[in-house]
Amino acid sequence: MRHLKRNAKLGRKGAHRNAMLANMVCSLITHKRVTTTLAKAKAVRPVAEKMVTLGKKGSIHHRRLAVSRLHQEDAVKTLFTEIAPQFETRQGGYTRIIKLGERRGDASSMAIIEFVEAGSPQGADSKGSKSKSKAKATKPAKAEVAAEEADTATAQAPEEVEEQAQPADQEPQASDVSAEETPDSGSEDTSKKTDS
Amino acid sequence: MGVPKRKPSRSAQRKRRASNSVLHLPQLSVCPECAAPYVPHRVCPSCGQYKGKQVVNIESYG
Ligand SMILES: [Zn+2]
Repeated sequence: MRHLKRNAKLGRKGAHRNAMLANMVCSLITHKRVTTTLAKAKAVRPVAEKMVTLGKKGSIHHRRLAVSRLHQEDAVKTLFTEIAPQFETRQGGYTRIIKLGERRGDASSMAIIEFVEAGSPQGADSKGSKSKSKAKATKPAKAEVAAEEADTATAQAPEEVEEQAQPADQEPQASDVSAEETPDSGSEDTSKKTDS
Repeated sequence: MGVPKRKPSRSAQRKRRASNSVLHLPQLSVCPECAAPYVPHRVCPSCGQYKGKQVVNIESYG
């Protein structure tokens, strides 16, 4: 029985899958952002998060553990020196998956996986950043829930969009205080299509 | 053993099969940025924004 076997197989045997996930995590580390299928993005996330956790511990032992999983020393170096320090105060949830919709050709669900503080391309935060600061996690979380509710409500009643847009507009005000981190380092160039 | 008493009529047969091939449009929302329809919880395909953030550069994407 396949009860409690949570790992996506992705049509590969274990060694092939582990190698692919390692490569994708390395791509994520180098490019900060990877466009891939939703299934692969979801499979990459736990590996990437565990690698960041190793990076935060930072010792030579943990560095070797990370190399043994990723097989790419330059990526591990980037991870330990650039990425992990960003997440010192964050406890998990280092990556974000954004759904893109279906790909033409095989109608596969596509998604972007990126590091949460790597910044969005073009620094597009006109509406205020979704707070990435941990201290204020509770308040923005509510704002997010409100936005999601607005989303679903909109989905049910498209003609009410004008009204629904209002609470969504006010949401940044709720999290305005925490809008200090708006890195606009990432750009579209860093996005990479991975279709391994 | 329970056994069907009647052969299903062609109509019943076709209705049964047709119900499995109905295409449903996805539930759509209207983008607050560009007013184009988009699938909820997905990036807007016409402006590339998601939750008020520019996520995808549409000119370079797909
Ligand atoms: Zn739009």
